[in-house]
Amino acid sequence: MSTGSSGEQRRPDRAVLVIAAVLMVVAIGIGYGTMQQGGVAGYSPVGPKTVPYIIAAALAGLSIMTAIAGLRGDFPEREEQNVPPILWILGGLAIQMLTMKTVGFSLATGVLFAATAKGFGRGPLWLTIPVGVVFSFIVWFIFSKGLQLSLPAGPFERLF
Amino acid sequence: MNTFELLGQGLLTAMQWSNLLYALIGVTLGTAVGVLPGIGPALTVALLLPVTYKLDPAGSLIMFAGIYYGGMYGGSTTSILLNTPGESASIVTALEGNKMARKGRGGPALATAAIGSFVAGLIATLGLAFIAPSVVKFALSFGPAEYFGLMLLAFMTVSAAFGDSALRGITSLTIGLALGLIGIDQLTGQTRLTMGLPNLFDGISVTTLAVALFAIGETFAVASQKVTGEEKVESVKGSVWMTKDDWKRSWMPWLRGTAIGFPIGAMPAGGADVSSFLSYSAERTFSKHPEEFGHGAIEGVAGPEAANNASAAGTLVPLLTLGLPTTATAAIMLAGFQQFGLQPGPLLFVTNATLVWGLIASLLVANLMLLVLNLPLIGLWVKLLTIPRHWLYAGILVFATLGTIGADGSTFSLGGIPVSFGLGLLMLFGILGYLLRRFHYPIAPVVVGLILGPMAEKSLRQALQISQGDPTALFHSWIAIVLWLLAASAVLVPMYMRYRGSKVLEQIAGDTD
Repeated sequence: MSTGSSGEQRRPDRAVLVIAAVLMVVAIGIGYGTMQQGGVAGYSPVGPKTVPYIIAAALAGLSIMTAIAGLRGDFPEREEQNVPPILWILGGLAIQMLTMKTVGFSLATGVLFAATAKGFGRGPLWLTIPVGVVFSFIVWFIFSKGLQLSLPAGPFERLF
Repeated sequence: MNTFELLGQGLLTAMQWSNLLYALIGVTLGTAVGVLPGIGPALTVALLLPVTYKLDPAGSLIMFAGIYYGGMYGGSTTSILLNTPGESASIVTALEGNKMARKGRGGPALATAAIGSFVAGLIATLGLAFIAPSVVKFALSFGPAEYFGLMLLAFMTVSAAFGDSALRGITSLTIGLALGLIGIDQLTGQTRLTMGLPNLFDGISVTTLAVALFAIGETFAVASQKVTGEEKVESVKGSVWMTKDDWKRSWMPWLRGTAIGFPIGAMPAGGADVSSFLSYSAERTFSKHPEEFGHGAIEGVAGPEAANNASAAGTLVPLLTLGLPTTATAAIMLAGFQQFGLQPGPLLFVTNATLVWGLIASLLVANLMLLVLNLPLIGLWVKLLTIPRHWLYAGILVFATLGTIGADGSTFSLGGIPVSFGLGLLMLFGILGYLLRRFHYPIAPVVVGLILGPMAEKSLRQALQISQGDPTALFHSWIAIVLWLLAASAVLVPMYMRYRGSKVLEQIAGDTD
């Protein structure tokens, strides 16, 4: 079922080592960013920089511990993943983010709706996109008109 | 005024038409999201934060609490009929409940879950009403050092005490704390870690993070699963009514479950999932029919379902009296209070007594509504389980992005094109949520860290400023010392137990709620 050998023989887990590296990068980023940030010279020994330094140190420590856990293969095994569905949904989110402010809520979100359904294996897009646009428009209408939530309006929504 | 009078006045508030309506919306939504696998009360409350921004504070909070309670009821339906828990606190219910449903006893299983939840919710809400005033009195003596100790304790119980790894729990928490640093510093007004982006001055919004981690991350995780065994929804055959024997075997577990769940929720000792596991093992020990466990013992449904509702009510004790959330849902409710400029804690009971007692009384009303919604109308909820997954998740993402836009509608210029900044963050954190799931990191500590982190920092800095930087000030009172010791033991005791090879903790991995 799974390709990796399980149980007895534990190998270094490369993905976990990547996590450890990312944690370290974030720790250094927070530490460096805090150092660079000027600001009033504090007369108080604890200022706005104290806690960021503590968090950066904690992340660095966690990074080292994660690296050790990765080398010992301590992390639970992972199931195999199906990548295309993730890409469909991610693509839908990206298109929605990029177009939302220009074409309005209904059109942008309708595309996301169709892409998500596609990720779960439901097509065809020529059918699901219109369904999504109509659904999103109803949602937009209820929340924007009924509950006064401020949602981006495009040419389509401005008709109402 | 004594508690009875306050509660009586609260009931008057709760009985106002508008508040009854909010409670009804809350419990209905809560039951729905409890029933649907993949979305829970934490996500729902987060989505509603921006929507309720312009509504009445009392009504909105009543609705949030209704969602929390409703989620606990609804989760049991999915566990019993589908063998997939609708939310994490109902994992145990699936053990016995689904077996009962397969034997054609789904009706009594649903009934004992709903009535047990009602009994537990009623007792525990009254418990909340009677305990809260004394906790408030005690909490009035707390200074910044004690609050910091308290939050440290909450951090440790949420992240390290349960789940299968303290390392991963604390890493999740620290990610949340780091995200909480972004934005304008509360005490000095300096910007921190904003990378020069004005969009980040207000910090990361709770809605965006919670929605991304819970909804988007979950969608990715479900969509990418290779094994897609068809899940079978057991139909409810026969009578939903419990027989005399069922009643006889249920009432003690209800009470025991309440007795276990309420204190666990009230103390910062983990969420509803923990108490339902403890209740399950208690019932197995006390049962006169231990041989039935694993084959559909009604006690194994009655006890844990009572326990998870009691602990949901218990969670409101530290939330309302101390401003201390101990679950992800409670943390997001805290953000809900803050959105209306209210700070839960001892002072809220003085400055906003009507609101607090109205909220508590509304919970009693909501509990009654839930019993009605869940017993006679059970067939409606079962229909929700038949929504195909592609439409369900497509719909969830539409609402997820709706909430995010509502919470952060700011625009960011990407090479001249105006793009939505909130949705960009949503996408990034959604990927984060997926990776956390993939590598078995718990999600709840990230959200708790984001919300509680800035508050803890404020207390820490106030305590240290009062003492002019002397760190011993953090241990100046016995209360503070006890809190630090408890926080330390919340990490060390489970570590020792894991080292000894105990499997109990792995099972009670708190996750979504």
